[in-house]
Amino acid sequence: MIKAILIFNNHGKPRLSKFYEHYNEDTEQQIIRETFHLVSKRDENVCNFLEGGMLIGGSDYKLIYRHYATLYFVFCVDSSESELGILDLIQVKVFVETLDKCFENVCELDLIFHVDKVHNILAEMVMGGMVLETNMNEIITQVDAQNKMEKSEAGIAGAPARAVSAVKNMNLPEMPRNINIGDISIKVPNLPSFK
Amino acid sequence: MALKIVKGSIDRMFDKNLQDLVRGIRNHKEDEAKYISTCIDEIKQELKQDNIAVKANAVCKLTYLQMLGYDVSWAAFNIVEVMSSSKFTYKRIGYLAASQCFHESTDVIMLTTNQIRKDLSSPNQYDTGVALTGLSCFVTPDLARDLANDIMTLMSHTKPYIRKKAVLIMYKVFLKYPESLRPAFPRLKEKLEDPDPGVQSAAVNVICELARRNPKNYLSLAPLFFKLMTSSTNNWVLIKIIKLFGALTPLEPRLGKKLIEPLTNLIHSTSAMSLLYECVNTVIAVLISLSSGMPNHSASIQLCVQKLRILIEDSDQNLKYLGLLAMSKILKTHPKSVQSHKDLILQCLDDKDESIRLRALDLLYGMVSKKNLMEIVKKLMLHVDKAEGTTYRDELLTKIIDICSQSNYQYITNFEWYISILVELTRLEGTRHGHLIASQMLDVAIRVRAIRVFAVAQMATLLDNAHLLTGNMQRMGICEVLYAAAWICGEFSEHLENPMQTLEAMLRPKVATLPGHIQAVYVQNAAKLFATVLKNQEGNTDSTAAQETSQLMIDRLPLFVQSANLEVQERASCILQLVKYIQKLQQKDVEVAEEVCALFAGELNPVAPKAQKKVPVPEGLDLDAWINEPPSESESEDEQPKAIFAKEEPKHSRPRHTEVDEKELARRREARKQEQANNPFYIKASPSSQKAYQEAPGVEHIPVVQIDLSVPLKVPGLPMSDQYVKLEEERRQKERADKKKKEKKKRKEKRSGRGRKHDSGPESEEDITPAHMVDIVTEEMPENALPSDDDDKDPNDPHKALDIDLDNLLEAAGRRPLADSEKLPVRAHRAAEAPKSPAEDGEAENAASQEPKKKSSKEKREKKKDKDRDRKKSKEEKKKKKHKHEEKGEDLLGGQADEPVVQSEETNEVAALPTSTSAEVSDLDFWLSNAPVPSNTQEAATVAEAAPVPEAASGTAPDSEPEEPKDTEMEETKSSKHKKKKQKKEKEEKEKKKKKKHHHHHHHSDGGGEESVQNGTVEEEEPLPPMSNYCLLAENSYIKMVYDIQGNLQDGSQVVVSVIFENKCDSFLKSMEFNVLDSLNSKLQRPEGSGPHDGLTVPFQLPPGVSNEARFVFTVQSIVMPQKLKGTLTFIVKNEDSSTHEKLDFKLHFTCTSYLITTPCYSDAFAKLLESGDLKCSSVRLEGVIMPFHHLLARICFHHHFSVVERIDSCASMYSRSIQGHHVCLLVKTSGQTVSIDAKCDEPTLLGNVLDEIKQTFSQC
Repeated sequence: MIKAILIFNNHGKPRLSKFYEHYNEDTEQQIIRETFHLVSKRDENVCNFLEGGMLIGGSDYKLIYRHYATLYFVFCVDSSESELGILDLIQVKVFVETLDKCFENVCELDLIFHVDKVHNILAEMVMGGMVLETNMNEIITQVDAQNKMEKSEAGIAGAPARAVSAVKNMNLPEMPRNINIGDISIKVPNLPSFK
Repeated sequence: MALKIVKGSIDRMFDKNLQDLVRGIRNHKEDEAKYISTCIDEIKQELKQDNIAVKANAVCKLTYLQMLGYDVSWAAFNIVEVMSSSKFTYKRIGYLAASQCFHESTDVIMLTTNQIRKDLSSPNQYDTGVALTGLSCFVTPDLARDLANDIMTLMSHTKPYIRKKAVLIMYKVFLKYPESLRPAFPRLKEKLEDPDPGVQSAAVNVICELARRNPKNYLSLAPLFFKLMTSSTNNWVLIKIIKLFGALTPLEPRLGKKLIEPLTNLIHSTSAMSLLYECVNTVIAVLISLSSGMPNHSASIQLCVQKLRILIEDSDQNLKYLGLLAMSKILKTHPKSVQSHKDLILQCLDDKDESIRLRALDLLYGMVSKKNLMEIVKKLMLHVDKAEGTTYRDELLTKIIDICSQSNYQYITNFEWYISILVELTRLEGTRHGHLIASQMLDVAIRVRAIRVFAVAQMATLLDNAHLLTGNMQRMGICEVLYAAAWICGEFSEHLENPMQTLEAMLRPKVATLPGHIQAVYVQNAAKLFATVLKNQEGNTDSTAAQETSQLMIDRLPLFVQSANLEVQERASCILQLVKYIQKLQQKDVEVAEEVCALFAGELNPVAPKAQKKVPVPEGLDLDAWINEPPSESESEDEQPKAIFAKEEPKHSRPRHTEVDEKELARRREARKQEQANNPFYIKASPSSQKAYQEAPGVEHIPVVQIDLSVPLKVPGLPMSDQYVKLEEERRQKERADKKKKEKKKRKEKRSGRGRKHDSGPESEEDITPAHMVDIVTEEMPENALPSDDDDKDPNDPHKALDIDLDNLLEAAGRRPLADSEKLPVRAHRAAEAPKSPAEDGEAENAASQEPKKKSSKEKREKKKDKDRDRKKSKEEKKKKKHKHEEKGEDLLGGQADEPVVQSEETNEVAALPTSTSAEVSDLDFWLSNAPVPSNTQEAATVAEAAPVPEAASGTAPDSEPEEPKDTEMEETKSSKHKKKKQKKEKEEKEKKKKKKHHHHHHHSDGGGEESVQNGTVEEEEPLPPMSNYCLLAENSYIKMVYDIQGNLQDGSQVVVSVIFENKCDSFLKSMEFNVLDSLNSKLQRPEGSGPHDGLTVPFQLPPGVSNEARFVFTVQSIVMPQKLKGTLTFIVKNEDSSTHEKLDFKLHFTCTSYLITTPCYSDAFAKLLESGDLKCSSVRLEGVIMPFHHLLARICFHHHFSVVERIDSCASMYSRSIQGHHVCLLVKTSGQTVSIDAKCDEPTLLGNVLDEIKQTFSQC
C-alpha cells in the first residue's frame, strides 16, 4: 500500500500532497515538513530509500523518493510494495514521464498552477493507495479522453471564460522572473533502467 | 435560460480562478496569511451563489488551500453540491475536493450515498471512474455497506477501465465492511484471470494486500498464483505475486520446494532488477522455511548470494542498499555463504551513505574471525571517532561489543586489547550504552582470571578520572561504567598497585552526585579496599598509616550516611560503625587486618543461571507448605529483591523461599531468572565448552562452574572445542537479538545484582547443554504466553477483521454458501432505505437466537463448508433440484437460502466434518506433492493416495484406485483448482490422511442412495440435498426472475419480496419497471406521491450475464389465506444499434408460509403454549415419504420457516410464528414411510393452509 504521495520543492513548499489515510490538516503539514527535513539533508548520490519519519509510518514503512531539479517526489509505502518497483513507478515508466507528456516538458510551474491536473493524472495511476495502472500510454489515453470531455462540456458557455483566462495568462511568460525560482524543466537523469 | 448561463459565466470571468489564486499568493509573499484569508472570504461569497460553475471554481480553489494546510471542512456541503453536478468537469472537481478532505467523521458523507450510487451506474464511464476514485479515498463503513453490491456489479462491467477500478476499490470496501469479503471473493478471484491485464493486475494487487495480513486463508490460491507467475509477463504483477509467495512459504514448506525452480529460472532470465531482487528475496524466504538445509539447495543459495553480490557491487546506491538488506537475511541461516563476500561488505563500511553503512554493520557480525577481529574493530573505532550523529555512533558501539563478545568471546585473542577498547569506548560523548560497556567489563574481569591485574589497573585509572566521565550531565549514561570499575577494584583489590589512592578516589565528595546504585557499590567496595589497605599497612611497623586510613573512612563515610538513597545509607552506616570499632581496636594496638579481610574472603564465582533450579530438594522438605501463618496481604513484595541484596555476605544467605506459595514462587523464580540473565556474575551463555575443557574427567559434581581461563596474556586462544562452537554459533545468532534487547532493558532496573545466593548449588552436566541454553530465551516469557505472531498484531488493525476463511467459497463457482446474514445489502425500496433492512435484521436475530450454543462464526462456516461438500455428493440423485439451484447460484445472493438448513442439521454436520475437511486438505496437498520431494516421498505417497477422493466425491472420477502423482496430471489439477480447498492446521494433516481411506467408502455408499440405509450410522451422516426457497417468477429470452417472500418482523403488515433479475441475453437491460396489480388485501408499497397503478423502477441496470436482486415491500391485511397477485415487468433491451421495449408478465404467489417467521422457542415455553388451550388443533398425514427424518425436519424448517423445539428419535416438535403473532406448533412423527403431523394454531384457517402447503412440498419430492 502507498500511504502518501508528496511532491514538494527544494524549499519544502508543497506542490502536491495526496494522503491515502486521513490526517488532519495540521498533521499533514507536519508530515510534509518532516519528510522534507529527512529527504533534503541527504546527499545526491545516496540511496533513495529511508526509514519512515515519526509521523508517518512506523517500522513497516519506507520513504522512497526521487529528486529532480527543483522538486522532490516522495512516496511513503509499506513493505508490500517493491522498493525498486516504486522507484520505477516514479520515474522510468510512469509518473514523471506521464507528467512530461501531459504538460510537454513539465516544470515546477506546471505543477504550481495546475495541481488539479496533476491530481487527475495521479488518480489514473494510483487509486486509494494501490497502484492502478503502470502503462503510461493507457494513463495518457484516459487523461486525454477526460480532458476532451471537459472541453466539449464547456462549449459555447465556456468561451468567454477561456478568453479571459487567455488574457490573464498573457503575462504568464514573465512570471518566472517575478518568482525567483526559475523554470527548470525536469530532466530525467540517465539512470540504469530497472525495467 | 441560455442567457442566464452565459451571464453566469461572464460573471465568472471576473472571479479568481485557481491560477489567479496561486499567482496572488505568490505575489503576496509578505502577507500570505492575510491574502489567503481575504481569498477565503471571497470563496465563501462564491459558494453562496446559485451558479454551479462559480461554486465549482470556489471548491477548486479550496482544494488548493487545503494542500497548504487550511481547514476547509466548513465547505463540505458545498463540495457535495459540486459532486452532484451533472457536468463531468464540475463533478471531477467535487470528487477531488472530497477525496482530499472528507474522512470518516465528515457528517455530510451520508448525504452522498445516493449521488455516488447514481454516478456508479452512470452510462458515462468517466463519471463512474471519477466516483470510484473519489470513493476510494473517503469510503466509510456505511458507504461500504450500502455500495458494496453496486461495486460488485461494476466488477463485471464491460469496460476494463471500470472493472479495474471496481476491483481495486473492493479492498477498501473490505477494510471498512469486512462482511463483504466472503460474498465478493469468488468474483474477485475470477478477475485474476480477466482478459485485460490492468484488471488482472488490480485483482492481484487486492489479493496480495489481503493475503499479506492473513496469509493462511489464501494458501489455497497458491496453485492459481503459481500459474499466473509462470504465465504472466507483467513485471508489476510478477513482483506482487512473488512477494505474496514470500509470505506464504513460511506456512507451507512444500510450496517453497515447488517454487524454487521457477524462481531460479526467473532469476536467470529476467533483466529487470526489481523483479530479480524480489525473486532473490522470496528464494531466501523459501530457504529459511526449509530449515533442514537440504543439500541440493546449496546451489540456490549460491545463486542468490552471487546475484546479491552483483547488486552490492553496482554503482547504484539503491541496489547496493537492497543487496545488503537481502544479504543479512541469508546471514541468519546460511552464514557461511555470506562470509565469502567479506571483502565486499568491509568495503561498504567505508561508503559515504549512512544507510548503506548501517546495513553493512548488520552483516559484519558474521564476518569476523580470530584473525581479522582486531582489524575490523579498529576500523569501527575510527568510524566511532568520525561519526557525527549519536544514533549511528551508538549503533557502532553496540555492534563492536556484539562482535567481540559473540560466542563467548570466541574471536578475542587478546583480552588486554579488549579491555582497552572498552575503556576507550567510555570516552564517548553522550552514549546511551554505558551499562553495556559496564557489563562487558565485569564479565571479562570475572571470567578471565589472567586479565584481572590489567583490568584492575585500568579501572583504577578510570576511577581516578571519574570526574571526566561525570563532568557534565549529558554523559550520565556513561557513568554506569563506574559501577563496574568500582566493583572490580574492590573485589580484586589485591591486584591494585596503589589501593590507598584508589580508596581515596572512591571516597571523594563528588561521588555523592552519582546515581544511588553506583554510590552503593562505591561504599561497599570502599570497605573491601579498606580491608586490603589495612592488611598492607599492618605489615609495616608504622601503625599510624593504618589509623590514618581508618580516619579517612570515618571522615568521608558520613557523607554517604546522609544519602537519600536507602541502600547507600544503610551500607554506609553499617560500615561506618564497623570502621569506628576497628579504629578503637587499632588504638589499642590490636591487629585487626586479618579479621577485617575475612569479611570479604572467598572468591566470587560466576554461576550458571539454572544452578539454583538444579539443587535437589532434600527428602521430606515440602517447599509449598506454610511454615508459619501466611503473611498479611499488605506485605510489599516489590521491595524484596533489594532487601535481599546479599553480595557481600554470600555464605550466610539463607534460603527464603519456604514461606511463599506456589504462585509467589513462580513469580520469584521469574524475577530471579531475569536478574540472573542480567547479572554479570552468572554465566549467561554456554560455559560448557570451557567446563568440558577445564574440568577434566575425574572431577565430579563440582558445585560451581569455574570459568577459570588460564589464558596467559597476549597468548592467543580461548581454549574451546571447535566442534562445539560450530553448533553453538547458529543458535546464538538467533538468540542474541532478543537477548540483547532484554538485557538492555533489565539491566537498568536490576542493576544491583544479588549474586551469591545460589552459589552453592551444584550444577549438573545437563545444565550446560545447548538445549537448556535455548530455554533461557523462552523462559523470559510469561508462563502461559507462547510466542505467536498474533502478539504483535495491533488490536485496532483493520486487517484483523478480514481474517476470514474463504475456502468454502472456492468450492464451486456456481454455488456460494453464503448465509443470509452475509449477503451484501441490496437496495430495496422503502424497507431497505432504513439504516438496517428490517427483514434482514430480523433474520439475523433469528439466526443468532436459534443457536443457543453460541457457535462461533467459524464453526458455522465450517458447517457450511461441509454442507457444500455434502451437496456435491448427492448431486446425482438430486439433479433436478440442483439445476435449479445452480442457476440462481450465479447470482451473488443466490446462496442465501442455505442458512436455515444450517440451523437444523447439527447432528449430521458433526459427523461429516472430518470427511470433508480431509478431502479439502488433500487438494492442495496434491498440487503441492506434484513437485519432486526427495525427503518427503512417503508423505507424497500418502497424499497421492488420498487425492482421488475429492474427485470421486464430485462425481468426476468414478473409481479411485490410488495412483502415484505424475507430472502430467498437473494440468488437470490446475484446471480443477476452483475446487481446491485447504485446511490450515498442518499438524492435523496426517491424522486426517489416515482417515481418508475410511471415508472413501462412505462417499460411494452416499452415491448409491438407498444403500446408505443399511448402515445404521450413515443415516445421520447423510447430507442434506440443496434447498432453495427462490422459485421462478417468470422467464423469457431476455430475463429471468426468481423470488422469495419473507415476513417483516418489525411490521406485522409487511412482507418483503426479494426478486433476483438475471439478464440472459447479450444486450444491456435498462429502465426496468416492476408493477403489480394490487388487490384489496395486498398492496405494493409505492413511494409517496405516485399513483396506485404506477410501476416501481428497479434501482439498477443489468449488463449481459449479470444478475442482481431488488426488494419490494408489500402491505398485507389478512394473512390467513394464500393469494396471487398479477404483475408486469417492463424493460428496455439496448443493443449497440437498437433498443426495444419489452415486457414480461408474472404472478406473485403469496403463500401462508411466507407470512411465517422462523422464531426460536424453548421447550418449556412451548409446553406452556400447548397447555394454554387457546390453540385449535388440526392434523395431516403424509404417505410415501422416503427421506431421512432429519431431512424431513430440515425441509419443514427451511421451506416453511419453522424451528425445531425438541427432537426425540423419530418425533419432533416445531414452532413458528406469523408476522401478526399467530403461534403455529407442529408435532411431527414418522414411522416407516408415513409421516403424521399434528398441528395447533390460534388461527385455524391459517393452520389449514400451512398444512396444505407442507403437504404440497412433500408431494413434490
